[in-house]
This record gives sequence, C-alpha cells and structure tokens, in this order.
Amino acid sequence: MEEFTPVSGLVGGLLIGLSTALMMVLNGRIAGISGIVGGLLARKGSEVGWRAMFAAGLLLGAFAYVLASGEVFPVRVQASLPIMVAAGLFVGFGTRLGSGCTSGHGVSGIARLSRRSIVATLVFMGTAILTVFVTGQLL
Amino acid sequence: MLRLIVALFSGALFGLGLAVSGMANPQKVIGFLDVAGDWDPTLAFVMGGALLVTVPAFRFIFGRRRPILAEDFELPTAKEVDTRLVGGSALFGVGWGLSGFCPGPAVVALLPALATGIVPVFAFVAAMLAGMVIYQWVS
Repeated sequence: MEEFTPVSGLVGGLLIGLSTALMMVLNGRIAGISGIVGGLLARKGSEVGWRAMFAAGLLLGAFAYVLASGEVFPVRVQASLPIMVAAGLFVGFGTRLGSGCTSGHGVSGIARLSRRSIVATLVFMGTAILTVFVTGQLL
Repeated sequence: MLRLIVALFSGALFGLGLAVSGMANPQKVIGFLDVAGDWDPTLAFVMGGALLVTVPAFRFIFGRRRPILAEDFELPTAKEVDTRLVGGSALFGVGWGLSGFCPGPAVVALLPALATGIVPVFAFVAAMLAGMVIYQWVS
C-alpha cells in the first residue's frame, strides 16, 4: 500500500486549483479534462485550438516535473489489460454522458456550487468506492 | 493567440499538479477509494487543495462581467439532475474504481508509460478515447 502524502497532495491540488482559476478568469473556460479531450474528438468545430494546447500542456507539465525532480513519477497499474480496456471504455463513455469527470464536476462544478456537479461527484465517488470494495472481495 | 498560450500554460500547471500530487499513480487513487482497507486520504487533500483556490477565486471571477481575454464565460446551462448525469457518472465511477484512472491522470501517466513501456496505460487511454467517440456516435 502507498503511504499517505498530505503535503505533496495539497501542493499538487493548489496547482490544479490555480490552473482552473486561470482558465476561468482569462479564457472563461472550464478546465475539465473529459470535456477538453472529448471536444478534440468532436466532428464539428468545437474550439479545438485551446483544447489541443491544454492537452499538450498536461504532458508538458508532467515533463517539467520529471526534469525538475530528476525522476519519473511512479505509475503502478494493478488491473489486467482486459480490465483496463473495459475501464477506459466506461470512463470515456461515462464522462461524456455525465458531462464531466473529477476536474469538471469535482473541482470546477463544486466551486460553482452546481447542484448537478455535486450530485455527479457523489455518484462517481460512490460507484468507484463500491467497485474497489467489490473487486477487493473477489481478488 | 494569447488564449492559446494561456491554455498551454494552464494545462502545464494542471499536469504538474497531477504529477506532484501523486494522482497519476492509479495505486494511490485506489488507496483512497479503498475505504474498507488501508485507507490513503491523499486524494481528499488534492481535491481540497484545488477547491481552496477555486472556491474563493470563482466568487471573485463570476463577479466580473466577462473573462479578461474572451467575450464570455462558457458555463453549462443545464440545471436539472437527470438520468444521463447520474448514469454517466455511475459508469465513470465503475471505470475509475476498476483502473484507478480518471481522464487527467491517465493522460499525464502517458509520459512515464512512454519512458518505461507500461502497456496498460496506453490501452486505457485508447479505450477511453474510443468510449468518447462511441458516445458521439450514439448521441
């Protein structure tokens, strides 16, 4: 099991909040990752430019972290390949159907005090916790 | 042009925040969702840190008539909690719980995956994009 890392968690969260606030005050757009990535895949013109730049920025920021820290941050996947594929389909389809993910609903939506986003966050947190509980019992 | 630079910079801040917070590691996310096991509360500190910035920032920002670099704020207009919101969010949560990935961390994890060849990360992101495209076909 991973250790509890409250300080790096809080610092990372502050950076995410700063990014979200900058996008809103300067560009007037929600920094919601599923909406940004989904918008890149949409057929008709859906402001592809800034979305592509934001997505490129995500990787650039991660790269800056690797350069500054001198090490690649850990990514430990526990699920099998078929489970990861199924999970990816659920996350892609579900976030588009539900109009958002952890960033759009969980950070921006809750900060706007949107009732839809508060409900969405409670629902996806709930089913995620339930899923981890059930898979934990099976394994 | 300026708006594209803002999007790139904001995206980089967001990606850096995800890397710093440890949330690009699915094992850490599952450690949070596993409330019945050896619980790791880090994710709550990440979301808390983000909201610590966005809640007061949004209060200030939405007191303005318009964003600094754009004509208007583009915000969701839907107000009702409907079956699409709840169903989509529930499905997203199942995928999140199975994999430990939501959209932002999955994109950021592509970087370490490229460096060390973690195939399930690519499989997840490809499936997530496919899920988003499937949503567009059926909607």
